[in-house]
Amino acid sequence: MKKKFKMVDLDCANCAAKMENAIKKIDGVTDANVSFMAQKLTIEADDARFDEIMQEVVKVCKKVEPECEIQL
Amino acid sequence: MTKKQKNMLYRIIITAIIYIPLFVMEHMGKLEFQTAIPVNFLLFMIPYIIVGWDIVYRAVRNISHGQVFDENFLMCIATFGALGVGEYSEAVAVMLFYQIGELFQGYAVGKSRQSISEMMDICPEYANIEEDGQLKQVDPDNVSVGDIIVIKAGERIPLDGVVVSGTSFVDTSALTGESVPRKVGEGSEIISGCVNGSGLLRVKTTKEFDDSTVAKILELVENASSKKAKVENFITKFAKYYTPFVVCAAVVLAALPPLVLGQPFGEWLKRACIFLVISCPCALVISVPLGFFGGIGAASRLGVLVKGSNYLEVLSEMKTIVFDKTGTLTKGEFVVSKILPCENVSEAELLELAALAEGYSDHPVAGALKAAYMESRAEVVNGTGENGLTCVDTDRAAEGKAALELSMERVADTREIPGHGIEAVIDGKIVCAGNAKLMEKEGIWYETNPEPGTVVYLAKEGLYLGSIVIADTVKPEAKRAISQLKQSGVSQTVMLTGDRKEVGEAVAAQLHIDQVYTDLLPGDKVEKVENLLGQLGEKERLGFVGDGINDAPVLGRADIGIAMGSMGSDAAIEAADIVLMDDDIMKISAVMRIARKTLQIVKQNIVFALLVKAAVLILGALGMANMWEAVFADVGVSVIAILNSMRTLKVK
Repeated sequence: MKKKFKMVDLDCANCAAKMENAIKKIDGVTDANVSFMAQKLTIEADDARFDEIMQEVVKVCKKVEPECEIQL
Repeated sequence: MTKKQKNMLYRIIITAIIYIPLFVMEHMGKLEFQTAIPVNFLLFMIPYIIVGWDIVYRAVRNISHGQVFDENFLMCIATFGALGVGEYSEAVAVMLFYQIGELFQGYAVGKSRQSISEMMDICPEYANIEEDGQLKQVDPDNVSVGDIIVIKAGERIPLDGVVVSGTSFVDTSALTGESVPRKVGEGSEIISGCVNGSGLLRVKTTKEFDDSTVAKILELVENASSKKAKVENFITKFAKYYTPFVVCAAVVLAALPPLVLGQPFGEWLKRACIFLVISCPCALVISVPLGFFGGIGAASRLGVLVKGSNYLEVLSEMKTIVFDKTGTLTKGEFVVSKILPCENVSEAELLELAALAEGYSDHPVAGALKAAYMESRAEVVNGTGENGLTCVDTDRAAEGKAALELSMERVADTREIPGHGIEAVIDGKIVCAGNAKLMEKEGIWYETNPEPGTVVYLAKEGLYLGSIVIADTVKPEAKRAISQLKQSGVSQTVMLTGDRKEVGEAVAAQLHIDQVYTDLLPGDKVEKVENLLGQLGEKERLGFVGDGINDAPVLGRADIGIAMGSMGSDAAIEAADIVLMDDDIMKISAVMRIARKTLQIVKQNIVFALLVKAAVLILGALGMANMWEAVFADVGVSVIAILNSMRTLKVK
């Protein structure tokens, strides 16, 4: 399943890159793209475990930039 | 400014109000206290905490999450170091300066995002549906295919569809950059995203909102920034190595001279701190993508969709451009210009056979034959002998269409032979309609028609019946477009066509095109492009311009595939890298200019940022620079680079 999420307070381009790499490493994620410019997260992941994976994504992003919020 | 940013601004102002008097007093020597209590330290801690508390907090929090080396941590080390050697004033100043820079940076990025999204503000917010005689506003997402929507004067068209009633003029500038309005009436196709003029339109939707042109374009532009240019990838890789390198160098700088050479520890620690402050590559990581984003936005404003930052990059290096002829350099509007039957055949008969043979084909040549036939039948039914009727006359068009449909019953079977023509069974007899190659293939004697234009030869049961000439007009702006491209630095212009030699060469000569290859089958076109690609130099790129539907493989093979969008034909948008929304080839040189300017600005930023950082690093290591220069080299450079990148939006 491919889904797009809006991100708020994504201020650091470096962080965006770190988040993208970290998300790609999550089990079940086929592809991910964090656009610093558009403040958008595009994720392609397992249908079945999608919600579970999203929780993991939120955790990983909070580690990199705690202020940034993903609008689920 | 967001609330957070306003907050920050207040903190900065308050800090400055407290700090400046302290700074002055220190300078004037008024802060020499001889007490045990570190009065100075405490005094300066007030502004320091006000302006810098969140940096320290974030540094600690991030370390606890496993993120040690980020800007917050480095700033802490740098300022703690300054505090440690007694330079309280400098510690506060640096923190203050840093926060000002960060605020400005956030503001600049926000502004850029805003101006780009304003430019792309073509998204319609609602659609009007008629319910019980009343107009109801609904979310465009909730409208189904086949629903009738009403578009009032001045409203933005919410979904793609066909006009059911009403006439108006439509402003397509949001999609094509063209300010000349287009006339629409019953039966006209209209595209979402355009703005309606003064007439009321009732439209039957043909696509859902997500599939409508405007939604697709918005998605494309948004995603365009995820296809990174080579430069962007380089910066990302560079950033990964740069930070650790500078941090290590800082550690070495702090440890080596004191330990090995017996130098004063404090002095070298300060220099190491300067290194740490400059170790963030933010200036590059933000400004480079921003620059490309602006370039893509500038192109969209022109009515040209660039599907990726990498394409902008390649476009700026384009040296050879290959054009397809039909539909690209010519209007693609075929009209029957001459009918030349053999002795015992009448014009009407020849035209009828041709139209029937091509009845099921979608090729433009077929369209021209069918149109001419329908017109001739409408005349017969009406009993008038006028020529040159256009389709605004809907009654006649309907008559002609009915006549054709009826006659098609005589056609039993058709077979299209690509690059040659059509073989059909009409009234039980085999009819061949096609070019000279088809006649030769079937071994039919024919009389060559030398007229410029596409010639359709007809034969029935192996007997030659005559030929019909169909002419296509060269686009009026084509010549200027080609010369502009040459001025923009394209050294080689090539034209490929499936048409025959005389036609191809005539058009090429008219437009001053360097090379022309004619009589090409679709597969040959790919081969030719491969040959041309092989002839290119290291940094030279090849672009192919075509109409998307027939040229998909060639568009894919070329370094840059440019397609005629025809107001959003799906095939074109899919196959190409760059889409000309209104088929205007003059825009190609304009986009090249945008691409060049974008690359230029991006390179300026990279050189500037690296130079300044390197300079301050060296000066810092030698003791000739202090914290101020360090913070400038980090934040100041970043702000300048971002502002510079915003210039890409303004290129026309």
